[in-house]
Amino acid sequence: MPLHISLEKTGFKIKDMGPIIPVFGISEELNLLIAFIIGLGFGFALEQAGFSSSRKLAGMFYGYDITVLKVFFTAAITAMLGLIFLNYLEMIDMGIIYVNQYYIQSAIVGGVIMGAGFIVGGFCPGTSVCAAAIGKIDAMVFIGGSLLGIIFFGETYSWWEELYNKNFIGSPKLSNTLNLKDGVLALLVVVMAVIMFWLGEKAEKRFNRDDIIKEI
Amino acid sequence: MNPYLAGVLLGLVLLASFYLTGRGLGASGAMKSVVVSGVEKIAPSHVSNSGFYSKYVSEEASPLKTWLVLEVFGVLIGGFISGAISGRLGLKVERSPKITNRRRLIFAAIGGALFGFGSQLGRGCTSGAALSGMAVLSVAGFVTMMAIFGTAFALAYFFRKNWI
Repeated sequence: MPLHISLEKTGFKIKDMGPIIPVFGISEELNLLIAFIIGLGFGFALEQAGFSSSRKLAGMFYGYDITVLKVFFTAAITAMLGLIFLNYLEMIDMGIIYVNQYYIQSAIVGGVIMGAGFIVGGFCPGTSVCAAAIGKIDAMVFIGGSLLGIIFFGETYSWWEELYNKNFIGSPKLSNTLNLKDGVLALLVVVMAVIMFWLGEKAEKRFNRDDIIKEI
Repeated sequence: MNPYLAGVLLGLVLLASFYLTGRGLGASGAMKSVVVSGVEKIAPSHVSNSGFYSKYVSEEASPLKTWLVLEVFGVLIGGFISGAISGRLGLKVERSPKITNRRRLIFAAIGGALFGFGSQLGRGCTSGAALSGMAVLSVAGFVTMMAIFGTAFALAYFFRKNWI
């Protein structure tokens, strides 16, 4: 590939350099500093997106504000395409990139319970931290509730252990399951997202709530 | 900020996380570390006897000095900086005018508890399971994303008084 031929000539090799930390190994302190800096960017982006407002987040489910859809899918697609390009340019070893483990029942049941928590509480864990940071008391209470929910899971783990570990099928990628190339699946996701953005923006007009939009 | 632009920014942060560390972003994992650390302080033997807590305790480092906890500490500061720049700082309970503060806070606590519980059962929340999972095209990421958003849509009607 032309890119790294020219770079290798200069003595600088970027081939399979990423992911940097697992490949090269760095000191514990630097690793934690990187964690903090990535978190800074994460929190800044979430807050700039407006995710520090529960009524904005909830707008997704009543159609008056679909910011969640726009931000979530744009972010997923940006990272998805970025990884595909880094892989194509052989700048990252995708073999050591973490792919989520799939336990069929627990992924579905856990997701359903989280969905209920979303509409009842108005946040998810990341957005609650970001909202608490700007002073939202409802977000601070949500975090308190989350900690109690985690303690409850930990204390009653033996009740759920079977469900938690049922039907483990490794770390499958949807592209492999559907027998598609990664790039083709990514293109399908992009097309679906554009259709959803278009429908969502129509919904924003149809379920328009200026009274709420003004306040959030 | 324009939501699509904010999405690209968030996506670049997520991509940077993958490129640097080999993993995506997370939030509920840090909350779990706080819980494990707290329980360990109060009742260390309880942690080592638990099939769940014991998985997350290492001998050398405190569960609070983990990657995810530092990352979420960054979220707190990053969110604060953004709120300060955009003039959104201030203590407040955000709620629909149709409900009381008390009702909003009770629902926030219940919702948080459900989300906290679900994120443990589902091995990650909207950040770690759904968003990061989708970015690597994992089946688990797509399934968790659809379960979270599908359920929230399905239940929206019953909780409409809280929001609209």
